[in-house]
Amino acid sequence: MVSVGGTPIVPGVAEGPSLVLDQPLSWWGGIDPRDGTIVDLHHPQHGQPTAGRVLVLPGGRGSSGGSAVLAESVRRMTAPAGLVLGDVDPILVVGLIVSAELYPDRNCPLVVAREGYDLLVSGRTTRIRTDGRIEQF
Amino acid sequence: MDPLLTGQDQAMLRGEGSEAQALAMRVLVSMARATGARRMIDISGAHIDGTLYLGRASLDFATRLRDGGGRVAVPTTLNVSSLDLLHPDLFRGDEATRSDALTMMTAYLDMGASPTWTCAPYQLADRPGFGDRVAWGESNAIVFANSVLGARTPRFGDFADMAAAVTGRAPEFGLYLDRHRRASVRIDVSGIAKEARLTDEFFAVLGFLTGIEAGSEVPAVTGIESATEDQLKLLGAGAATSGAVGMVHVVGITPEAPTLASATGGIAPRLVKVTPDVITRAYKALSSTDAETIHTVNLGTPHYSTRQIVRLQDLLAGRRIHPDVKLYVNTGRDVLASSSEIVKRLEERGVVFVVDTCTYVTSILPAGPDVAMTDSAKWAYYAPGNLGVDVVFGSTSDCVESAVAGRVIREEQPW
Repeated sequence: MVSVGGTPIVPGVAEGPSLVLDQPLSWWGGIDPRDGTIVDLHHPQHGQPTAGRVLVLPGGRGSSGGSAVLAESVRRMTAPAGLVLGDVDPILVVGLIVSAELYPDRNCPLVVAREGYDLLVSGRTTRIRTDGRIEQF
Repeated sequence: MDPLLTGQDQAMLRGEGSEAQALAMRVLVSMARATGARRMIDISGAHIDGTLYLGRASLDFATRLRDGGGRVAVPTTLNVSSLDLLHPDLFRGDEATRSDALTMMTAYLDMGASPTWTCAPYQLADRPGFGDRVAWGESNAIVFANSVLGARTPRFGDFADMAAAVTGRAPEFGLYLDRHRRASVRIDVSGIAKEARLTDEFFAVLGFLTGIEAGSEVPAVTGIESATEDQLKLLGAGAATSGAVGMVHVVGITPEAPTLASATGGIAPRLVKVTPDVITRAYKALSSTDAETIHTVNLGTPHYSTRQIVRLQDLLAGRRIHPDVKLYVNTGRDVLASSSEIVKRLEERGVVFVVDTCTYVTSILPAGPDVAMTDSAKWAYYAPGNLGVDVVFGSTSDCVESAVAGRVIREEQPW
């Protein structure tokens, strides 16, 4: 088991198969909120599903509309189970803060793991704990 | 760590103002905690990106604020929406989306924001000045405000910009602070031929490349002798598309970069040398097809300025657009009003003007697996994912030649 400490920015618990992205992602223009697929043609993981995954990514990029699309993904229940970021991205953070206000029964936690980020790999059952710790089995 | 809150901030948080202010302040305080901001600051204006209808969540947020008594506390402009209110017949989407988008737009107007509906608020008569602290959404506008105007705004996302507008407050983080405005990566273009460095398409492609190279860092571009505001707009829009870039110094041109040392604060930046090969690869990466037939041409992402519309008129002088091609120009209603004579003449030549929105964010283009051409790196980047179209990137002049001929015509690149 790999266990990595992180800072819980939007606290909560989540569990799902992990997907580690090779590049940052803009939610707006990068994710189809109807099903959570990556639609950014310039992203190396274009076409991959993110719904229900513990999504591990270096950070955000691109559009400031990312907050609203991420909140919409949460509302539609097509969002990842949780997000692990290599660095704080205010656009993604705000999307989840607002979705927690609007849809309190649909939780998508976000942790920032600056140390140990590189230890996380794709395709493992991954758990995010309320204290921000990330465990891969 | 919790940020330092004034008595007034705390009162808003407790709901002593409106419910909307309490919600907004909760968002801002959470944001401050996430970004490590130590305190909240006053802002002098806001630009709201949340005006595009991105599904029920964006409507739910706007109506929650409006119904909770939300009013903007500072002058607030609005970004593009999903509808062209001046040309409503252009919308091809479904009635439910149209109706929800209109309800959301109305909610922002009810809260006292100005109906500017443009992604280029820096083209409006009133724009922030050097050192002004504002809360702007819309990634390209953020870069322009910081880089060209010398105003200060971090990369605000949807919701956060409106939270700042209804409280007049923002967490002090990112590009509000001197230390986050220093360049750590230098993009040097002195290896590119001078005549190429003067073209608009160079700035668009360079922007796309700059975002990839800079990621979330602040870049400083060196080797540029002159640049118009329109060119700086293209550079910023490209960089804010492929990267999380909120500011681009152009040494010798932008106000906080008279020299490289002033842009970097004296610390040696990582150096990226842009060669003709690198630019050519980036230029090619902006097209998703080598098809020869095109169906639409899309100009004006970000919204065209008056100068760009005049240039289009020159390029189209004495010519007509091919009957099988639609040429759209996205612009702001303010620019449209101030260019009405030229606009009328261009409409007679078959140009379709789109205001309040943009052809890559809403259902305006004819349905079908079409090929679209554009002079915008941003449009080229997002349209395939948003609309399912294939895209060809070219210079403005290539776009016009292709629109007239009905097939892709691209001159050899100048680099």
